[in-house]
Amino acid sequence: MTLVLSKKMDTFLSELTVPSNEIQSNIIEQLKGMDFPTSRDEYWKYTRVGKISNTKFSNTTAPSNEIDVAAHLVSDNYIVIENGTIRTELSQTNSDFAINYKDATEVNHLVNLDNNNVFTAINSGLFKEAISISISANQAIEKPLQLVFVSTGESNIANNRILVEAGKSSSASVIISNISNKANNCFNNTIIEASVAENAHLTLHKIQNESATNLSVSTEQVRQAKNSTFKINTFTLTGLLVRNNINIAVEGENCETYMNGAIVSAGKQHVDNHTFVDHQVPNCYSNENYKYVMDDQSTGVFNGRVIVQKDAQVINAYQNNGNILLSDNASINSKPELEIYADDVKCSHGSTTGQLDEMALFYLQARGISRENAKKLLVSAFIGEVISATNDDTVIELIQQLLSNEYGWEFA
Amino acid sequence: MAGYTEEELAEDLKNQEYKFGFTTEIESDKIPVGLNEDVIRLISAKKNEPEWLLEYRLNAFKIWQDMIEPDWAHVKYEKPNFQEISYFAAPKKQYESWDDVDPEMKATMDKLGISLDEQKKLTGVAVDFVMDSVSVATSFKEKLGELGIIFSSFSEAVQNHPDLVRKHLGTVVPTKDNFYAALNSAVFSDGSFCYIPKGVRCPMELSTYFRINESGTGQFERTLVVADEGSYVSYLEGCTAPQRDENQLHAAVVELIALDDAEIKYSTVQNWFPGDKNGVGGIFNFVTKRGMCHTNSKISWTQVETGSAVTWKYPSCILKGDNSIGEFYSVAVTNNYQQADTGTKMIHLGKNTKSTVISKGISAGQSQNSYRGLIQINKNAHNARNFTQCDSLLMSDRCGAHTFPYIECSNNSAKLEHEATTSKIGEDQIFYCQQRGLSEESAIGLIVNGYVKEVLNKLPMEFAVEAQKLLAISLENSVG
Repeated sequence: MTLVLSKKMDTFLSELTVPSNEIQSNIIEQLKGMDFPTSRDEYWKYTRVGKISNTKFSNTTAPSNEIDVAAHLVSDNYIVIENGTIRTELSQTNSDFAINYKDATEVNHLVNLDNNNVFTAINSGLFKEAISISISANQAIEKPLQLVFVSTGESNIANNRILVEAGKSSSASVIISNISNKANNCFNNTIIEASVAENAHLTLHKIQNESATNLSVSTEQVRQAKNSTFKINTFTLTGLLVRNNINIAVEGENCETYMNGAIVSAGKQHVDNHTFVDHQVPNCYSNENYKYVMDDQSTGVFNGRVIVQKDAQVINAYQNNGNILLSDNASINSKPELEIYADDVKCSHGSTTGQLDEMALFYLQARGISRENAKKLLVSAFIGEVISATNDDTVIELIQQLLSNEYGWEFA
Repeated sequence: MAGYTEEELAEDLKNQEYKFGFTTEIESDKIPVGLNEDVIRLISAKKNEPEWLLEYRLNAFKIWQDMIEPDWAHVKYEKPNFQEISYFAAPKKQYESWDDVDPEMKATMDKLGISLDEQKKLTGVAVDFVMDSVSVATSFKEKLGELGIIFSSFSEAVQNHPDLVRKHLGTVVPTKDNFYAALNSAVFSDGSFCYIPKGVRCPMELSTYFRINESGTGQFERTLVVADEGSYVSYLEGCTAPQRDENQLHAAVVELIALDDAEIKYSTVQNWFPGDKNGVGGIFNFVTKRGMCHTNSKISWTQVETGSAVTWKYPSCILKGDNSIGEFYSVAVTNNYQQADTGTKMIHLGKNTKSTVISKGISAGQSQNSYRGLIQINKNAHNARNFTQCDSLLMSDRCGAHTFPYIECSNNSAKLEHEATTSKIGEDQIFYCQQRGLSEESAIGLIVNGYVKEVLNKLPMEFAVEAQKLLAISLENSVG
């Protein structure tokens, strides 16, 4: 009997150029023996990656001259990255953050990444220049740094690697915008490595607003040292397939971790959020709130996982997932998981799925508001809770603008 | 007892062995260990089964051979070697009437508190007592017969009502459903069969006590309950098992069929030997239980799980008919090194279907207790409604409580709620009770009772009492 290996990975890699260094060519060699996840993999149960694995992407397309990011900018400190290539001439940075661009041989990784994960390995093997961002100790930066990832052209792959190092007692926020510029069937594979030092506060805002045919897989791998606070807000508005993995290792005591997500989907979109908080030490707090509004034939997946390790006592961990299905053909799969190995904990999760309340709609209609507007009002209120938790006016304003452009929803 | 101190009491409790750990010495008719087609033919021949059932078994065996033992459950155990199990053990003597029953076996039943004679008179419970794999005594059959209710051992039903059995066997849990269901379909020894005719309300609780009694014998029970249109039945299943050092496999299949407007209430108290306090021995309980609900029908599962070293059990409802209702109430207690991965599946197919899931887990010692549940709302299940609550109580700092709910919704008129909490007993609660003169142990008992009350209330009276006692026994000395 001969062993038949799947040739999918070979085909996938065939058109891609690997940076010429030993580290990355080794990773690509290993990758050749691996296969894309299928629905048999527990953490890919509801997400098919055929659209990614069956496409021959290219990573050598020439840069475009018509990139316009103005509508998405909320900071005057920003970097533009097109299809995985940093466009310094389009960027504008100041000295608030220490920013360096490093190739695979120069990068000092902040976390251990699992190269057995296919998408992680693809990123590790193919990223061109990592953006290394550090916030020096005791520095509180008011204005956020914005990274604008632009997809352009046809079937291009972008492997983005970002490292965010928040020094002791620092405080800063980074906005990550994913947008498209006349892009079709592009694949965005992003990894963010982040380490939050003692007493530091770090906030990441992710705004995913890709073209209706774009695919995206992104992974945030985060470590928290003691007394630190980490927040991540994910806003998914568009994109054909969006998969977010957030993995947070809470390694120091007295940490706070917040994860918020607002997902609005329509058409044939598929949005999948996997979050994982690993409470390794006592006296920590984590809170997670994800809200989905699904229209048309869109499908949503939520998998929130919290592990409280042995002896990690006095942990408060909360998960909430609320879903509204606006159409008959939309569907949602929710899986909030708790794995608890310590006893002095307060952990809870809640998940609700339903539609807009008929009574509430009637109430508003009785007051002269059209059914269409009444729906918008209720959806805005539902998702608005998560958006306002962002606590950043510029980000809130941008999201509101984008939602209004895409779906015609106004927020008061 | 002036000299008896609290420390001594604590020591006694620690050394206390499994209370129902006794073995009945009865000669039994055992076939050699191992599993192959011949063994299946032998089992079938011994039971004088018709050709179609043998075919069914052989087909299941073929399917099983190609299957792999699943390992997705949150449990760790040494997989059983299926060639080292004896697949059939029947007590040698067959009895003509209750009076002929071996006195020793009667004594066993007395110890279990289910003396048939007494129950006949006092409680009105008909008992189909299973000692190892063959039913030896069935009472109240005549009285039930008057109403047209069939309640007998599975093998008897195969002889007396082959058409009914053939029509329904494997319709809810198909042979290839899962590894252990396939194994059971191939080698099932005996079990209970129950049929309630149209419009009949079964006047008494039907009850079966299972008991593994033969060292090295896996028990493969098969239960089939069919409630015809407009009927009602409440069925009790309870288990205790003698103490053993080697792991024993229990892979049962239970199929419930509620036809239009029928209602089935299925209650279980499971107290297989959980292994000793070092985690040695104990029963592997890998059970497939599922009910099919037709239009306007209702199936309600209630379980109290205190035993078994490893439990892997998901009583489920397929809500096929419109307006059907599925319920699941569960208390799962794990202590010492026990592991449980249990929960339910509610598959909503029909319109206006409703399901309620209440799961209360209690973990103590070094045990691991997981809730794993699936709520699936299919495309055409308009106005489906689900409420799920799964709470976990942690009683020591070495145990684990886990929740893995799967919620899949493909219909926008459905309403689903799920909530889960995990916490330990509040120190202020214990302090409050102690202030009022209760010992810590009884304070915890009180709090635990309050915690599980919602589920115990769903059990029939006599079962609720037994269940409460079991909880107390299972949690003795687990206060950490």
